[in-house]
Amino acid sequence: MEEEKFYHAIEVDHDRCLGCTRCMTKCPTKAIRIRDGKAQIRRDWCVDCGECLKTCPTLAVYVEEDDFRKIFDYPCRVALLPTVFTGQFSKYTTEQEIVGAIRELGFTHVFPVEYSTDMVCREMLRRMESAEEKPVISSFCPAIVRLIQIRFPMLVDNILPVKPPVNASATYYHRVLENRGIPVEDIGIFYISPCAAKIAALKGEEGYTSAIRGVINLDTFYNKVYHVLKNRPKDHVPDCELPPSLTKKEMRWSQTGGESKHFPGRSLAIDGIHNVIDFLERMETTDEVRNVDFLELRACNKSCAGGVLTVANRFLTAERMMKRSQNRDKIPMIYAAEDMDALAWLKQHIAMPPVQPKTKLIYKGTREEVLEKMEQVRNLMRSLPGIDCGACGSPNCRTLAEDIVRNEARINDCILIRNTNKEKEYEHEGK
Amino acid sequence: MVFRYELEGGNFSKAGHASSEIKKTLKQLSVDPRIIKRIVVALYEAEVNVVAHAWKGEVLAEVEANQITLTLRDEGPGIPDIPLAMQEGYSTASPAVRQMGFGAGMGLPNMKKNVDELEIESRVGVGTNVRMVTRFSGE
Repeated sequence: MEEEKFYHAIEVDHDRCLGCTRCMTKCPTKAIRIRDGKAQIRRDWCVDCGECLKTCPTLAVYVEEDDFRKIFDYPCRVALLPTVFTGQFSKYTTEQEIVGAIRELGFTHVFPVEYSTDMVCREMLRRMESAEEKPVISSFCPAIVRLIQIRFPMLVDNILPVKPPVNASATYYHRVLENRGIPVEDIGIFYISPCAAKIAALKGEEGYTSAIRGVINLDTFYNKVYHVLKNRPKDHVPDCELPPSLTKKEMRWSQTGGESKHFPGRSLAIDGIHNVIDFLERMETTDEVRNVDFLELRACNKSCAGGVLTVANRFLTAERMMKRSQNRDKIPMIYAAEDMDALAWLKQHIAMPPVQPKTKLIYKGTREEVLEKMEQVRNLMRSLPGIDCGACGSPNCRTLAEDIVRNEARINDCILIRNTNKEKEYEHEGK
Repeated sequence: MVFRYELEGGNFSKAGHASSEIKKTLKQLSVDPRIIKRIVVALYEAEVNVVAHAWKGEVLAEVEANQITLTLRDEGPGIPDIPLAMQEGYSTASPAVRQMGFGAGMGLPNMKKNVDELEIESRVGVGTNVRMVTRFSGE
């Protein structure tokens, strides 16, 4: 079997890491171990959800990002901007001011991520009609797609193979710019990302493959934009062209429930990676989840408004996005677009390859060997204390047993066992 | 390798624990996901049967390299007429159980459909033994 690896955007700064075990116990795929007092992430089990980053008390877990100056490698510099970015600002900051500040930072164009949403939605509906496996699952959240590949491989065929809006919009706008006569090598589309998973998904093993040339972390970008806005004179009137405006549906797509309300039948929206895991577990094993047609699953609480790289409070961001989109009910811009060629181009390129399973395998070897290792784990569990303290550097006693069987840990890593052994030694010496 | 799980009559919220654990084990053995799905469906139905009808019981799962043998033993009312119970839609579930969304009379037929071998032994007033075998090769 080919061992295709994921690219990961999450890193641990070992100078800051205290080895406190918080991230290790929070990790939904148990991909973190503390070795030599520092957190280490198992690359093949990580889904880039960012739970570790949210819980780290010393800010040792961080998201890798491209150098901002990289945008100046391109004469045509596009900021692919998600609605959550505008949601970071209160209503007193206008869209005009935000766009003006982005242009001042050096971008020549600003284009909304959710522009292609209506087209994406139609394609999803079309594929849902002919889907063999129900419920169909949206491909929107990349952390969820990876979670399914690793932990729920039986469900990969339920994921609709339609590009999420960020990829679809990049495909569309790249074509628009090409049609305007801009050479391909001059076009630099940069995505402003609210989370690590999007970065990891866009940047494959060999770097960026889609129309996107780089990613800027939303928090970094917010600081830059806010700095420009703060240093402006009070009476400053921004003079710039606004990007195409979005409809209510488009602006709310990245919110919890933003997708699910547009799909027929029983359609559910679930946010928070632990909630999603609980739901998918039930779906796989019991018959409690019956006749559900569509699942919108998001790794973060409050979806993208709660992304690990956002700055503002997620509830306020969500509320602002709702308010800002209130009076926006008109035809989606995409169908009014003059650029019919780019639209046709997007239609042809809106599908993505089907998602492949990448099952998290704890042991290597033949079935006989794996069974034997399971037996060893069971025997080890009899001697381990079962209090799941994490002091050994594995998330719980069971994973320690598995790590021991894989030769990645020793039974003496358990501090309780080590203590008991020491006491025995003392007694022995005393005699 | 043998796994053992206890079942408690009437406790529907716990039904599914054994299926969930067995599912995890089979995933680690890289068993074809479609076969895992079928085993899990059959075991879950069997668990619900014990919980719905019997007083208490247990699941014994013997996992080998090429097959799994699931044995469910319960202490309960037993099944007086097994061929009748095997018919789709036949159910003796109480109205209370049906109200919880169980008891559609599909349990045994569904189990039979999803495993390679199904054997049922039952003594009225004593209990029921169900044995299900599924091979991993899928042929």
